[in-house]
Amino acid sequence: MDLRIAHLYPDLMNIYGDRGNVIALSQRAKWRAIDVEVRSYSVGEWADPDWPDVWFFGGGQDQGQDIVGADLAGKNGAALKKSVEGGAAIFSVCGGYQLLGHEYVPETGPSIPGVGILDATTRAGKTRFVGNLLVNAPDAYLIGFENHSGRTYLGANAKPLGTVVVGNGNNGEDKTEGAVQGKVIGCYLHGSCLPKNPWLADRLLGWALARRHDAVKLAPLDDADEKSARDQATEVARTRP
Amino acid sequence: MPDTLALIANAAGKLTREGLRMTGRGGTALPGLVALTLDPDYITELSSGLTHGVICVSGTNGKTTTARMLADITRAAGWEPIHNRSGSNLDRGVAAALLADANWYGETRGDVGLFEIDEASLPGAVGRLKPRVVVITNLFRDQMDRYFELDALAKRIGDALATLPEETTLVLNADDPLVANLARRRDANTIFFGVEDQSVGGTIPQAISDATRCPRCKAPLTYKRVVLAHVGDWSCASCWLGRPPRDVSATKVVLGDSWSEISLAGTIGSIFAAVRVPIPGLYNAYNALAAIAAARALEIGLTEATSALANFRPAFGRLETVELEGRTLRLVLVKNPAGFNAAIGALLETGRKPRLLAALNDRDADGRDVSWIWDADFETLAPTVSHAVITGVRGRDLALRFKYAGLPKERIEVVDEWREAIERAVSLAPKGGEVVVLATYTAMQDLREVLSRIGVVAPFWED
Repeated sequence: MDLRIAHLYPDLMNIYGDRGNVIALSQRAKWRAIDVEVRSYSVGEWADPDWPDVWFFGGGQDQGQDIVGADLAGKNGAALKKSVEGGAAIFSVCGGYQLLGHEYVPETGPSIPGVGILDATTRAGKTRFVGNLLVNAPDAYLIGFENHSGRTYLGANAKPLGTVVVGNGNNGEDKTEGAVQGKVIGCYLHGSCLPKNPWLADRLLGWALARRHDAVKLAPLDDADEKSARDQATEVARTRP
Repeated sequence: MPDTLALIANAAGKLTREGLRMTGRGGTALPGLVALTLDPDYITELSSGLTHGVICVSGTNGKTTTARMLADITRAAGWEPIHNRSGSNLDRGVAAALLADANWYGETRGDVGLFEIDEASLPGAVGRLKPRVVVITNLFRDQMDRYFELDALAKRIGDALATLPEETTLVLNADDPLVANLARRRDANTIFFGVEDQSVGGTIPQAISDATRCPRCKAPLTYKRVVLAHVGDWSCASCWLGRPPRDVSATKVVLGDSWSEISLAGTIGSIFAAVRVPIPGLYNAYNALAAIAAARALEIGLTEATSALANFRPAFGRLETVELEGRTLRLVLVKNPAGFNAAIGALLETGRKPRLLAALNDRDADGRDVSWIWDADFETLAPTVSHAVITGVRGRDLALRFKYAGLPKERIEVVDEWREAIERAVSLAPKGGEVVVLATYTAMQDLREVLSRIGVVAPFWED
């Protein structure tokens, strides 16, 4: 069995250690004897947009987001949409999450269109949300660190990933954090997210593998270290939000 | 002579300082905070009369080491630096250093201000200190919960530098595209430094690069050599922006186990001298270049500068060593991905198979977001590690990072208490062996406290 991971714009959307999500997906597949290949997809003509089983799209600086936004407005955005329709999964964080929505509305000037894969809209906020973020999701909780000024609001087609316990999440108003729509996930969890939230990593792996393989059942891993890092980080979030 | 308000602030700060010393608590910036609360212009008042002016040293990595090198160099030139040596690099730290030097009449003994300045505070600080020289070592991603995005920080620094009078000299790293473009004004007085040695660095861009695009036209940058992250021999193929000509450069860099040697050249290419600095690592060669370039801006002779560097003693946690129970602890401060990768590079260059004691904290001074460890190149480090004892407030995140970098379970051990962690790491190393200590800022302070209680190092305020 093999897994194909695409890292979107690793040269421009790579702050806050989001690379750890790609490391987590790769390692958790390899530990189960699944072959893994990771390819980079950046600005310009994409060689093979039908190749990936799962895309990772991280956060970036404003300058990076402008360039990436412009690139996704062309052929590449359409290719990404088509890939999702073909069964690929996406995991996105912060700036990547925002760019997958309908649009980003800055304080002044025209709004920046997104890819529209997620039924979500982001507006610029006046203050920045910086701190530990603890989220209660239907299956288990999620722990991470948020750092964003955008306020994201979900439409009817996107479901929140979970409810905020500590921190601000999507917009600091409605207690929601993140979005799920089909096999596409967006969230504000840095940390990196997936190493400390292995259940979410495995959910994504299952979705990704299902694109080209039947009835995948992932063998359980020894997650004692993951659990103990989660517990320590959760304790920090509860005591020093 | 400082005004009345500054004199009152000075007296109040000094009283606070005396009080703290009598109760055995030194080395805090609290007296500085007291003085600034009474007179927000205190540091401007006291520093404006200094004979040789003020030097500000800033940047993400290397500012402490570069400032210490400059302290030695200015002393070798017969000057008396007022230096915020304990590393408190906000306004209060500058104020505390001035308080410690001034008498009750606000008269300073020192004749040059040498201030390490936190890069986020630099835009405000240069307005208050009116420096004669500003040195900027590099700009990397660091503690993004506090500094936020690097482009925005670089812009703020550039804006602030543009307001300085033309007498101010900017000493800038030509190899860092973000720093090289901080001198916006055409009439700015600049001294650029950089590394020319073609054998230094690779050709592959690094994952943690923070400036992949041209600072002027936003086209992708191309590199002939990548030294570290986005530092190297860069140019823009689109608008032809490139490294500015280097006024002080290293034509050859030789790195040893516990030293680094650089051959210096000036603009006209004539070899000046070879300088041997008794601390290892390419990044310390950069720090030495920055210090020499600053010495030139201050019109201090090269002979004084190089002889001062030859006797340099590093700050606590900057690759220096401490002996404990017949073992050597080599202390490495790590606080951001670029610094981590540079330190790891320096350690592994000599073929070490390190026994590690690693500590990760997430207090304010460390950065509350520990995400950065996932950007750091643990994948290069892990295969060389023979054993790792891990501790700190967020030690379990660090253990997880090692696990995902491929370090086998049996080589990782988490010990929550610092004291026990040190004992455990030392007991695992053979007599005469070395333990490499990797620690974030406050974790290094905790370690120092434990070591000073045992009596192997002095408390940090006596440094």
